[in-house]
Amino acid sequence: MTTKIYIPRDSSAIGLGADVVADQVSRVSHSMKQEVEIVRNGSRGLIWMEPLLEVETESGRSGFANVNSADVEDLVKANFTEAGLRAKSVGIVDEIPYLKNQERLCFARNGITDPISIEDYIENEGFKGLRSTLDLDARSIVDIVTDSGLRGRGGAAFPTGIKWNTVLNCQADQKYIVCNADEGDSGTFSDRMTMEGDPFALIEGMTIAAFAVHATKGYVYLRSEYPHAEEVFNAALDVARDKGYLGKNIRGGERSFDIELRRAAGAYICGEETSLLESLEGKRGLVRAKPPLPAISGLFGKPTVVNNVITFSSVPFILANGGSAYKNYGMGRSTGTLPIQLAGNIKQGGLVEKAFGVTLNELLYDFGGGSASGKPIRTVQIGGPLGAYIPEKDFDLKLDYETFAAAGAMIGHGGIVVFDETVNMASMARFAMEFCAIESCGKCTPCRIGSTRGMETIDKILSGEDRSANAELIETLCDTMLHGSLCALGGMIPFPVMSAIKHFPEDFCLEPHATMAAA
Amino acid sequence: MISSNCGEARESDLLPLREVSMLENADYEVVVSAALKKHSNTEGGLLPILHEVQDALGYIPSDAVDIIGKTINRSRAEVHGVISFYHHFRNHKPGKHIIQVCRSEACQAMGAEGVIENLKAKLAIDFHETTSDGKITLEPIYCLGHCACAPAVMVDGVPKAKMSSDQMDGIVDELRTPKNDN
Ligand SMILES: Cc1cc2nc3c(=O)[nH]c(=O)nc-3n(C[C@H](O)[C@H](O)[C@H](O)COP(=O)(O)O)c2cc1C
Ligand code: SF4
Ligand code: FES
Repeated sequence: MTTKIYIPRDSSAIGLGADVVADQVSRVSHSMKQEVEIVRNGSRGLIWMEPLLEVETESGRSGFANVNSADVEDLVKANFTEAGLRAKSVGIVDEIPYLKNQERLCFARNGITDPISIEDYIENEGFKGLRSTLDLDARSIVDIVTDSGLRGRGGAAFPTGIKWNTVLNCQADQKYIVCNADEGDSGTFSDRMTMEGDPFALIEGMTIAAFAVHATKGYVYLRSEYPHAEEVFNAALDVARDKGYLGKNIRGGERSFDIELRRAAGAYICGEETSLLESLEGKRGLVRAKPPLPAISGLFGKPTVVNNVITFSSVPFILANGGSAYKNYGMGRSTGTLPIQLAGNIKQGGLVEKAFGVTLNELLYDFGGGSASGKPIRTVQIGGPLGAYIPEKDFDLKLDYETFAAAGAMIGHGGIVVFDETVNMASMARFAMEFCAIESCGKCTPCRIGSTRGMETIDKILSGEDRSANAELIETLCDTMLHGSLCALGGMIPFPVMSAIKHFPEDFCLEPHATMAAA
Repeated sequence: MISSNCGEARESDLLPLREVSMLENADYEVVVSAALKKHSNTEGGLLPILHEVQDALGYIPSDAVDIIGKTINRSRAEVHGVISFYHHFRNHKPGKHIIQVCRSEACQAMGAEGVIENLKAKLAIDFHETTSDGKITLEPIYCLGHCACAPAVMVDGVPKAKMSSDQMDGIVDELRTPKNDN
């Protein structure tokens, strides 16, 4: 009898040894004459258990965590039963509390299916949303997305339905759908996991968007740091074309749409949508002044929908189940669920999809299990390199766009980077300035020059030179950057810097009162 | 449940490295004209052209800049401006192997700084430099998406997660063995 084994092809799992384990399983089972079918699935998102090897059993898929090649022989000998590797057995994977306590709408399939099997996708609710649009006109599709309350998951949280509506209302001979897969924020990997683990969900979401605004051509702008995502996504595009889910007259209907993947080239600023469009046009990624909005004059001057990977891949559920089904999750104006990424110094790092309203405490301790080092968590940075540092006293904050904004913080793309008590916040503030200096597109002086001055000034504080005068200088500089920058790179780098000074003055050898109204 | 979340991969599981096959410089004209031909009808196709060239040669030779500019009707300065804007593109031939180390926050939270210092010392080079034997180039990178299993590096395109200084030392030693010379 053939045993079905799952070993993720997710690149984090590969980084932890999954390819070697897969090779070893096929080698050992072959030499022991055991029939084994190995499926290279996506990751379940329990990155702390990777490589997580799963075995199909009568009672569900049973897992072994942190498997390495030395474990394989015992496993094969025991015919992949628990007895073979008791120390690493985690039982039925679906029953693991970390997974069971999530609300997976967007990540419902990740880790369960073979990412490039369209049959697996369809068997697991795939293309239901797309199918429902075949009888809908563009306006009705936009209305359903508007009704869901979905907001952009790339950072700015702009209502998706409103954006699509603007593009729908434009008259043009050509419109574009552009997917922002530049995922530059440290601590984020949900776009990567989607493209490596459930690429058809993104294809479906983009196709629905195309039908909603009468676009015929789509681009995915994918960061060059993600070669595995590129490979899987390109393979999925070929399959989708082959099966009539992309191309002319999709599913025998009247609409046509195709997607091209474009590789970025390692510039953080190209995640900003107008810089991204410049890059897609083959230019330097200089940020464009708005207006005009990309929705009105975007790629090659045409009306363009620009959305994040997770925004698009949230759409199939909405079309399949209705806007109100989505709206039932979440709180206030933050409707639905967010794939949150637990990263950095966290014991159980990985992907946790929850409805908005979950608190940081629940995420960090109930899901995350505290720090990886075992030392107390001192702070978290949320929303990438432009996000504020949040001190422990605020860990009761609920994940909700408005709650975060009121606290001077942002959710961004949902990445939470955890630091234990050994972190030096002055060096984190310095890194923020350095990052801004490296990644600035160069258009605005406060961002281009100010960031370097900021770095130097923090160095002066650290070496004990005129501490309080230099701290004041940082504050003025941050104020200039905040107000004199065209985009959020220069405009928001002050948030991590000022929050570090405000909450952790001791790391800058400053008295608490020496810092004034910080971020 | 398992007792620890160590997730430490076995030492030898981390070693297999991808074979790198970069063409020798002499072939650059062939590579460039193939790239230009492939993307001559690609809208906004300069990045795809540059990627094609760098994927094959490891960098974008300055002579290639002229040919590309002429063919797509953009000045040498313009093409050069695009290349220099993006961190990914190189204008110098890299070493046989490329180690890219993540410097971003999640990796820092797990001790990336120490791994980087150790690596620089072991290789006796700084970022953007190549060892004097031409074997290894070291580059910083800002997030590889392995932030839940940091520190992360990419060696010749292969991801390596939860890296310690000792593991990195092992990888460097492996890269330096003669069998990884071609
Ligand atoms: C400096 C900077 C970097 C950004 N990086 C990204 C990114 O990597 N991915 C992303 O989806 N959005 C990023 N954004 C936000 C985009 O500009 C834009 O708001 C988003 O792609 C719109 O899609 P959404 O509405 O689905 O979020 C960035 C913005 C700024 C200012
Ligand atoms: S703030 Fe910085 S990155 Fe943004 S447009 Fe200005 S110079 Fe460019
Ligand atoms: S911060 Fe290093 S991989 Fe994301």
